[in-house]
Amino acid sequence: MTKKVLESELFIMLLFAGAVLTMPLWLAPIGAGYPDLMQKFAIFGLFAIGYNVLFGLTGYLSFGHAAFLGVGSYAAVWSFKLLSMNVLPAIFFSMIFSGIFAYMIGFVSLRRSGIYFSILTLAFAQMSYNLAYSVLTPITNGETGLQLTLNDPRILDAASSNGGALPSPTLFGLKMSGFEGFYFCAVLLIIGFFIALKISRSPFGLVLKGIKSNQTRMKFTGFNTRPYLITAFVISGMYAGLAGSLMAVTDPLAGAERMQWTASGEVVLMTILGGVGTLVGPVLGAGIIKYFENIFSAFNDRSLHEVLAFLPDGMENIVVTLVRPFVGEGWHLTLGVLFMLVIIFLPGGIMQGIDRIFGKSKKKKAAEAAAATARMGEEQHG
Amino acid sequence: MSKKIITTNDWSRRSVLKAGLGTAAVAGAPMFYMKNAYAAEYLNDPGDASSVKFGFNVPQTGAYADEGADELRAYELAVQHLNGEGDGGMLNTMQPSSLKGNGVLGKKVEFVTGDTQTKSDAARASAKRMIEKDGVTMITGGSSSGVAIAVQGLCQEAGVIFMAGLTHSNDTTGKDKRRNGFRHFFNGYMSGQALGPVLEKAYGKERNAYHLTADYTWGWTQEASIKASTESIGWKTGNTVKTPVGAGDFSQYITPVLNSGADTLILNHYGKDMINSLTQAVQFGLRDKQVNGQDFVIVVPLYSRLMAQGAGENVKGIFGSTNWHWSLPDAGSQAFVKSFGQAYGFPPSQAAHTCYVQALLYADACERAGTFMPCEVVKALEDHKFDGMGNGPTEYRGADHQCFKDVLVVKGKDNPSSQFDVLEVVEVTPRAQVEYEPDNEFFAGGDLGPCNNGAA
Amino acid sequence: MDAILLQILNGLDKGGAYALIALGLTLAFGTLGIVNFAHGALFMLGAFCAVSIQSILTLSKKVKDESVTFFDAYKETPYLEIWFPEIGPTIIDWAVPLSILIAIPVMLLIGLAMERGLIRFFYKRTHAEQILVTFGLAIVIQEIIKANFGANPIPTAAPDIVAGSANIGSLVGLSDNIVYPWWRLIYLVFALVVIGGVFAFLQFTTFGMVVRAGMHDRDMVNLLGINVEKRFTIVFGLAAVVAGLAGVMYAPILPPDYHIGMDFLVLSFVVVVVGGMGSLGGAVAAGFLLGILQSFASTNEVKSIIPGIDQIIIYLVAVVILLVRPRGLMGRRGVMED
Repeated sequence: MTKKVLESELFIMLLFAGAVLTMPLWLAPIGAGYPDLMQKFAIFGLFAIGYNVLFGLTGYLSFGHAAFLGVGSYAAVWSFKLLSMNVLPAIFFSMIFSGIFAYMIGFVSLRRSGIYFSILTLAFAQMSYNLAYSVLTPITNGETGLQLTLNDPRILDAASSNGGALPSPTLFGLKMSGFEGFYFCAVLLIIGFFIALKISRSPFGLVLKGIKSNQTRMKFTGFNTRPYLITAFVISGMYAGLAGSLMAVTDPLAGAERMQWTASGEVVLMTILGGVGTLVGPVLGAGIIKYFENIFSAFNDRSLHEVLAFLPDGMENIVVTLVRPFVGEGWHLTLGVLFMLVIIFLPGGIMQGIDRIFGKSKKKKAAEAAAATARMGEEQHG
Repeated sequence: MSKKIITTNDWSRRSVLKAGLGTAAVAGAPMFYMKNAYAAEYLNDPGDASSVKFGFNVPQTGAYADEGADELRAYELAVQHLNGEGDGGMLNTMQPSSLKGNGVLGKKVEFVTGDTQTKSDAARASAKRMIEKDGVTMITGGSSSGVAIAVQGLCQEAGVIFMAGLTHSNDTTGKDKRRNGFRHFFNGYMSGQALGPVLEKAYGKERNAYHLTADYTWGWTQEASIKASTESIGWKTGNTVKTPVGAGDFSQYITPVLNSGADTLILNHYGKDMINSLTQAVQFGLRDKQVNGQDFVIVVPLYSRLMAQGAGENVKGIFGSTNWHWSLPDAGSQAFVKSFGQAYGFPPSQAAHTCYVQALLYADACERAGTFMPCEVVKALEDHKFDGMGNGPTEYRGADHQCFKDVLVVKGKDNPSSQFDVLEVVEVTPRAQVEYEPDNEFFAGGDLGPCNNGAA
Repeated sequence: MDAILLQILNGLDKGGAYALIALGLTLAFGTLGIVNFAHGALFMLGAFCAVSIQSILTLSKKVKDESVTFFDAYKETPYLEIWFPEIGPTIIDWAVPLSILIAIPVMLLIGLAMERGLIRFFYKRTHAEQILVTFGLAIVIQEIIKANFGANPIPTAAPDIVAGSANIGSLVGLSDNIVYPWWRLIYLVFALVVIGGVFAFLQFTTFGMVVRAGMHDRDMVNLLGINVEKRFTIVFGLAAVVAGLAGVMYAPILPPDYHIGMDFLVLSFVVVVVGGMGSLGGAVAAGFLLGILQSFASTNEVKSIIPGIDQIIIYLVAVVILLVRPRGLMGRRGVMED
């Protein structure tokens, strides 16, 4: 295959769509082929792709994106409560509201750059979280989380009694839990990926990359970068809102803790773990972190012994003793070690690792790395 | 949507086919979906399998990790006892009991564990894994009301039974009650009812109370409950101040108490907040003060022994309420403390107790129902009366799935003999005194709804 | 009036803790240019120095309590009390002050090890990467502590003699209602002494002078043939000691658990930014300022006007400062000002 084919949009999209849609097949052997986790892969994949539009392209490190995810979730659940159980209006309003919210926060935060920008977004996100957990409880239902109830108005839904049970979100009658929910999220992930691909290859994307490599120089040439930055911020906020609405679509409950700064930190980690600025990296990173959270945390003494039963007895006990601190209640430890290793040895994330293994265009990477180092030096001296 | 009345959610293989994305999904549907897909009448029916799986969803990371670890110990013990291993624990004291020590309905009990992280999102994700991947028939555990309510809602939608762990908010069996969910633990209202008379006896009728309340749903409901009960014994309520969760340093909330004219401080805090606010209130010399001619006193309505240990010396002499305590002399408590103590070398916490009991109650209900089918189990649990589980005669009220039983009023012990001996039981408040109507104002507004078997 | 005085005291006290943590953060940032998310973990390690010393001092002879049959209960008597009946109990009582002596070398070593083992490889990397690697390190440290000490807070008592509270009011001839815990007053004084010590060290020693010069213009100092890097390493160790001491002394106020550092981390970053990145004086001033603002925002009078203000005040101040005066209260013109 020639390089041209490999980099053509059609080829990338086919490969990506194929990999995403066949997830139930290839994830099953590693215990991840069940709907909820695959939904999470798709949802957080979208979140990370959107985040990468800002961080990966412009280099602006936001610690506040969880707030947009939260706003998206709340908007979606309110749409279910007030309008209809159909997912389309929910997604629509989520993206609108998170977009507006992102515009407001971006408008203020983007007056600064570097670490000041990070702290500003962090401050806004923490304020949102603290208020959502406490004084805004009438809107957010606080700690309990916003849920559907039987006496919600749902003005667009005809009086379908549903036997007195709570209704669930549907796409014109197709229920959004289980595998249907996964495929719905997967399709949106593919669309979202396509848009991100288009953005990164558009003139707009080039401007953003220009901002990343040298904003000062762009400013000197009389180029106003601010509208571009705000647009990128709002786009990535809307991706977060979309991810938030999908969380509500597959599971109609919105809790305040998805707005906490640690949740914002999580998407940063996903992006970096996978590879900042790469297209597929963030999705990979999201998948790995969610896999850890759900699978590694579930091991206990008994299940470890079951998994390792193939080893000779003595060996088995030794391995269990060695592995035990890193799984179950210790899965955070694994996560911490993993970050450190990746950032120390693979600053370009897993995508860099993959590139290294396949030795793809070494020279190009080396040049990029050199440019990056130079840039970092500049950043440090402010 | 019309033909299935009791089921609200499709998790099934067949509906996947309907979705028109069949090929990939069928090939991809992992083994555990295929196993019983055709014979089953309800979600995760173990069918002819020789074992049945329970899901233990507890906090393993975060502030309540130690409580979660204790819950997990209790569950493992419960599983051993159900399977006829160990000394049988409360299986020997439970009355009536259909449990035979040969598993449940002849099937060996297995379990899976998960980490709630004390976050509703993570807890729901973990519970979904248990339902979708591991095929559990019941989920139990948790150490916070927000999580309990979130997971209870999920189990209702999915169609499995939820046996709540430690959750004290009125809402769990009030505004947010669900047909598939059951709570053995007591609640804020019961704490208030039990504490009122004891406080009256100890501190008199002429008191002016100042509330510091964790600023979230649980804190508010407990504040309202305690306020109602203390006002009924003649106390006045001065200020009620909300404090941010996890404030750490409470000094700025405590100093205003000094000059407020209040003579009683009520701390509606739990976990770390409770430890910090209590420790700091004592440091500020509140307990050495005299106000209105009376000694200043502090009350912590909800006690947990594990947490009380964190506050060290400062809990001495402070009243509160608790669901259960290991020093209780009845046969059931003793049997449980004995087998727990022998297995782990220390006594169980109240969280461990409620979780152990919940696991046994669920197993017993399945035996009596003759099936794991959620709706049948619900029927078996509703209005079920039992005894010998450490709280005296107890009833699972059908109207709201709340257990009604005696409540313990405890006090921080003045001369503890060991690090576990922090609390002493002051009074066992009889059930009649803490009972309320299902439509009580603190619990109104919810609806159990229909039960859900899940789709096979 | 009394209430206002007390809130000022609260604010100063809180501010003392913020200032100490922010001071260490600023030392690391101003000298090494490192954004250290593991700084909170250093604070936590300090607090756990106190916990460890306390538990070592109270290592006990265990006698099985035969009255408890269900589990192994022990009556515990600390060896110290058995061996030295006279001064044993006093030593145990003074565990926290004693921990300070131990914490200084321990934290210095930890700081040096951290800088040599990890941080120095990140001088030339982006802030984002620094944040992430130190964040990962913070998680690892936390989890190790959690595996050894559990997740519950551990009570750590101040010496008996200062356990109660001081009636400041009657001491200075005001109303009787101004009482304040001795230990918090000590903490405030301690914070001032440490801050003063750090400033004096930088101001009046040759070492400090070189470091300050290096903060100002590292390349120039290097050109003069002075090994700035080596000194910066020591400064990082110093930052760790300051954070650790803040933690040791805070243990009696807030029973420490493994997460206590993370709880302070975000706040202390906000403090640093409000004070001005790299400005030591700014960090201290902002620490006290934000402490006092937070105390007043928490009073009933203020909360009744703006509900929820106590939850967001610190962030709100940070947003306003960053927009109006991006280099912070006392930041040098041109440093990180964009």
